[in-house]
Amino acid sequence: MATRETEISIVRAPRTSRWFVLQHRLAPYLFVSPFLILFATFGVYPIVKSLLLSFYVTNGPKSAVFVGLQNFAFLFSDPDFHKAVWNTAVFAFWSVFLQLPMSLGLALLLNSLWVKGRELLRLAFFSPNLLGQVFVGVLFSVLFIPQYGLVNRFLHFIAGIPTDTKWLSNPDLVMPALVLTSLWMYVGFNMVYFLAALQAVDKDLYEAATVDGANAWHQFWAVTLPGIKPVAVFVLVMSTIGSFQLFELPWIMLNNSAGPDQAGLTIVMYLYQTGFVTGDLGYASTVGWTLALGVLIISLFQMRVTGAWKGGAD
Amino acid sequence: MKLFYRVLRVLVNLFLLAFAALTLTPMVWLVAATLKSPDDLFHYTFFAPRLSTFNFRDLFNTVPFHRYMINSTFVATTMVIVQLFFSSLAGFALAKYDFKGKKAIMILMLSTMMLPGQVLMAPLYELIYRMGLVDSYAGLIIPGAVSVFGIFLFRQSILQVPDELLHAARIDGCSEFRIYWDIVMPISRPMIGAFCLISFMGTWNSFLWPQIILHNTDRFTLPIALNQLVGLYQQQYGTLMAGTFLSVLPVIVLFMLLQKEFIAGLTAGAVKG
Repeated sequence: MATRETEISIVRAPRTSRWFVLQHRLAPYLFVSPFLILFATFGVYPIVKSLLLSFYVTNGPKSAVFVGLQNFAFLFSDPDFHKAVWNTAVFAFWSVFLQLPMSLGLALLLNSLWVKGRELLRLAFFSPNLLGQVFVGVLFSVLFIPQYGLVNRFLHFIAGIPTDTKWLSNPDLVMPALVLTSLWMYVGFNMVYFLAALQAVDKDLYEAATVDGANAWHQFWAVTLPGIKPVAVFVLVMSTIGSFQLFELPWIMLNNSAGPDQAGLTIVMYLYQTGFVTGDLGYASTVGWTLALGVLIISLFQMRVTGAWKGGAD
Repeated sequence: MKLFYRVLRVLVNLFLLAFAALTLTPMVWLVAATLKSPDDLFHYTFFAPRLSTFNFRDLFNTVPFHRYMINSTFVATTMVIVQLFFSSLAGFALAKYDFKGKKAIMILMLSTMMLPGQVLMAPLYELIYRMGLVDSYAGLIIPGAVSVFGIFLFRQSILQVPDELLHAARIDGCSEFRIYWDIVMPISRPMIGAFCLISFMGTWNSFLWPQIILHNTDRFTLPIALNQLVGLYQQQYGTLMAGTFLSVLPVIVLFMLLQKEFIAGLTAGAVKG
């Protein structure tokens, strides 16, 4: 044993050297430096630059003319932008009021004691989320075709809708098709969060509630909902932010266009078209900042209403 | 009452099974569609009695699809490695050290997570253009080399590593980087699995930024290549479905391998908060 002691002390001796102390002190700075350098270059600079750009009219990256607030004035008077905001808002509405309740309902069922094969079911519900929006877009553009498409065949079989229903070329049906597709993609995804939250709720609380004579309905409101609230608010805010960034799904499903009568035009699609198809990066920045502010206001509003404002940290 | 519950139990299980079947149907249809000849495609709803490899042959004959698969694999793998290294390193620093500016960095990170990425698209493109990185993988990878989400994820999991372990290593003369490399990373194995999959999926499926940055079709990744294919061969549904199938297959295989870690990692930040 004595030899090992000396060994350690020999090894330990040089560790008080200046190099060792220095590397210990500098380590955290070195470790975060890649993040900080990249963030300064590709985060801070673009943020400042895009604020500036939003006051310019540009033609590609090379030319820029200062126009003051004209971009914003034009944006708010552009009927195309109104259309994009409306479509995006409608999509977000269905995401919050149809998709999230479905996710929660599914999670509640899956969390009940009765269910067999919970892991496998969870896997099945979650699986569509593995497919990127582009691939889902290509797949569903074929599933939605009139006559032969699987959606029409299925809905004709169960609900008797005509098989020649033109989901993607009838302006009135574009949004329902998008909502259906996103339900398929995201119901299971959000369910995973709800399920994890439900499983983390303290079981003793249910027992206490049962002792106090609370029925299942009361338990849901008094125990379950408060228990999953932080996660529910997180899911609500994230899925709203996600909805407002909708682009790829309609862009691909509608064959690189805004669709009939621009029924699938979203805010980000509008940004992409003005900035990178027309080539006005200044105007694209204006659209971007308007989107960011809108999303921020809505997120804060949601956190306020759900009462997560003060408790946001936990 | 007992009978009522028994019936309810059967109904709940049946409902969940039906819902799962409905969820899986489009994917089953996709697989079936790739294996049908053009004549059979809409003749049979799902699988045809005679399987055909026509769609795959057609796909590789009409476009260099293997090229796109290699491109996507290269870009996604590089991105995963770079993001994994930088994010876990920063996550380690934020979890286990006290240093000046730590709070500011955390606030900075949280606020960027609230900002939709599209806001920065225009100036970022301008910057990449000035750096001469348009139409290069560097322009694709470098701006996304650090994942803020990843830093949070790793900070969260590294917080659980006992400090005594790190102190003991220091006494034994480990440098800080060796501590990260030999102790912290091996312990974080589950989180590494989860993050690799999340990062891989993000890059593999990403469309908008590659679409803006890449011009030369030889460099196309799968999402933009497939999108182009839709424009070119709009009516050849079978070929398109074969392309779609091959595009989603790698992610599904990877998911099967890392499933447990993935769900844990996905919900870690939200549930433990």
